[in-house]
Amino acid sequence: MTPRRRRLFWVLGILAGVSIAGGLALRAFQQNVMFYFDPSRIAAGEVKPGQRFRLGGMVEQGSLQRTPGSLEVRFVVTDFKHNVSVRYANVLPDLFREGAGVVAHGRLDASGTFVADEVLAKHDEKYMPPEVARSLRQNTASSTPAQPGKTAAAAAAAATSGGAR
Amino acid sequence: MVVELGHYALILALMLAAAQAFFGLAGPALKRERWLAVVPSAACGQFVFVALAVGVLVHAFVNNDFSVRYVAETSNSVLPLFYRVTALWGAHEGSMLLWILVLSLWTMALVANMRHLPPSFAARALGVLGIISCCFLLFTLATSNPFVRLIPAAPDGNDLNPVLQDPAFAVHPPILYMGYVGFSVSFALACAAMIEGRRDQLWAHWMRPWTVMAWAFLACGIALGSWWAYYELGWGGFWFWDPVENASFMPWLVGTALIHSLAVTDKRGLFKSWTLLLAVTAFSLSLLGTFLVRSGVLVSVHSFAADPSRGIFILVLLVLMIGGALGLYAWRAPLMKSAAGFDFLSRESFLLFNNILLTIAAAVVFGGTLAPLIADTLGLGTLSVGPPYFNPSFLVPILPMLSLVALGMHARWRRGRLGEARRPLLLALGVSLVLALALSLGVYGHPFKLTPVGATVGFWIILSALIDPVDRLRRRLSLPASVAGMSIAHIGLGIFVLGITFVQSNTIERDIALKPGESAPVGAYRFRYDGGQDIVGPNYEGFRGKVSITRNGEPVSVLYPEKRRYWVQGTVQTTAAIAPAFNRDLLAALGEDVGAGAWSLRLQYRPLIRFVWVGALIMAIGGVTAVVGRRQRGLVASGVALPLATTAPGGIREQGGAP
Repeated sequence: MTPRRRRLFWVLGILAGVSIAGGLALRAFQQNVMFYFDPSRIAAGEVKPGQRFRLGGMVEQGSLQRTPGSLEVRFVVTDFKHNVSVRYANVLPDLFREGAGVVAHGRLDASGTFVADEVLAKHDEKYMPPEVARSLRQNTASSTPAQPGKTAAAAAAAATSGGAR
Repeated sequence: MVVELGHYALILALMLAAAQAFFGLAGPALKRERWLAVVPSAACGQFVFVALAVGVLVHAFVNNDFSVRYVAETSNSVLPLFYRVTALWGAHEGSMLLWILVLSLWTMALVANMRHLPPSFAARALGVLGIISCCFLLFTLATSNPFVRLIPAAPDGNDLNPVLQDPAFAVHPPILYMGYVGFSVSFALACAAMIEGRRDQLWAHWMRPWTVMAWAFLACGIALGSWWAYYELGWGGFWFWDPVENASFMPWLVGTALIHSLAVTDKRGLFKSWTLLLAVTAFSLSLLGTFLVRSGVLVSVHSFAADPSRGIFILVLLVLMIGGALGLYAWRAPLMKSAAGFDFLSRESFLLFNNILLTIAAAVVFGGTLAPLIADTLGLGTLSVGPPYFNPSFLVPILPMLSLVALGMHARWRRGRLGEARRPLLLALGVSLVLALALSLGVYGHPFKLTPVGATVGFWIILSALIDPVDRLRRRLSLPASVAGMSIAHIGLGIFVLGITFVQSNTIERDIALKPGESAPVGAYRFRYDGGQDIVGPNYEGFRGKVSITRNGEPVSVLYPEKRRYWVQGTVQTTAAIAPAFNRDLLAALGEDVGAGAWSLRLQYRPLIRFVWVGALIMAIGGVTAVVGRRQRGLVASGVALPLATTAPGGIREQGGAP
């Protein structure tokens, strides 16, 4: 082989390797990326049936129900316009509480209940997941309900301060 | 008053950093000998003032000076003294100060070793470090000054985040930063080489020990962080592909590639411009990591307060520094031509494969980490990328890379033959296959298809790394530090691969509600919940459960997981209890009181998880062995008349006698 052909061979080989890896990564990416929806967008029917996604919002005050002696919990996630009830059967994170922001991974079942397989609150109690803060801010900006709006605005404000390492 | 002295010291440090940058770069350019002499002095002075500033802040923490806003935000008078000191890097401002301190420590290390370098080259490298230091000092003083006063002073502090009240937190950030920031030296040396337009490859020889040290620190820092997240956060895993984890992992991957391509450049004078590009990339990724963590643009456990002005400031710095370095590269890289050729199966080829695959792996992580940010900016919706993307995509380049390690270690320079290493290599492969099948099918059972593959690769790397040392021992030859270092590092890699393989394949996790006296099986173990009691600590109160573990009726261990409530912030904190052993971890964590006398519990069995951290640690030890050995033989950067065959890891064949 001449050096020139050898170099061509190398370049082609590397290109092939890179494009295979890139293609596979892109495929894995398309299949596994999770989109974020708040209750209003779910109410608007933006979620495809069976699609796994991230649900975010505030845990509604007084909505947490527990089946005594089991892990099964139910609570309502709200963005102060629409609500989604959530079912979960694992250990809740330390920072989960009513009136605080939450992000959950899972799917909607036939009755419209969100069945969560993972509930996230990996941050300190002042902190709101930014996407939750943003959707709450949008929802309070467009309509101004008296009491909950205040909470949401405060929560959104809190989202810009504080954090955890 | 003392606090203002610290503030003032930081400003003086900025001035000296500017002097270091100016005289370091202008001196050689204008050929002013005397300007060169200023550079090390400026660097030393900068270090003194930075250290003074850090000392002042520590003083404020120790004395509970809540008139300093940063202290009031991150400390508290009931916080134990040890954590009051480590609270220094408990939030954004202090971590930036730590970053600067670590940078000036590396600068001092370069000053201490600069007698081995040509004066103008050393001055230029120090000048580049001065620019970096200048930028970060400016950033700290302008947007995140830890010395800002709080008027009126707070009566008491807001406390350190309970998650951070842990001994591992004392060492994790400094060591991680030693790694992160250590790549700045490689970067500075690369820039100096490009500014000078050096056509030789000596710069690669000078850069090697610095890169390996930074890489070793980074490996330790990442492993420590992973271990800390595992036992402290009680999420029950060691790696989550969290953006900030990725931010430290990407420079490590590129740094690994850099170490290997430096070996080729140093020994054979090939891949020069590629090596320079990697050096620039490794540090750029470190800067990007800093940007990701500090600006709060990505959702992460590690996110500090999001302050847009900070984000933009860092982004501008990032663009200037990376853009500047890449511009320099575009201008100078064409000078760095290398003419030598090599065979398809030579060591150069294997190291090239290593580099390509590691770079692809880093790109895979990069894409997944930045995709949410890019999608958000382009208005494509808020999305998140998690382990379902990272795990398979990362394996695509990494598994072939790992499979080639054993061969690459024993390939010859230039010529495409394995020679006398062929037989032991095949023998090692056979033994690995048997061991892997025995372990994955016999001992652990229920494997995935890839479990035996991963185990074979892990064993093969370990065994083939042993071929050379054992051979030398048998022939009563001495073992050069470089060979020992390479073998140790690769054995660490093999152990790491084995750990990951089995912990990923055979972990058992159960979330379950148990009443006192009830038990649940987890694999071969049975966990019994024996009730619990209320407890009170120095700055928290809580509940401590008791979990007894048995195996076939024999008692194995008793665990006391805790649920704590810290008074100052009212934060609830789970403290998982772990029964470690070299071959498995058993973990119990308390969920919450679920009523009817029961608690929810998280119970886990993880085989070989210790191998993951021990493997990373051994890799780092291998790197340090090679560097320290090189130093002791007086060869570190000893200049022009360097015997080619004596230094590099992998310089075995030339010395060890060809057939």
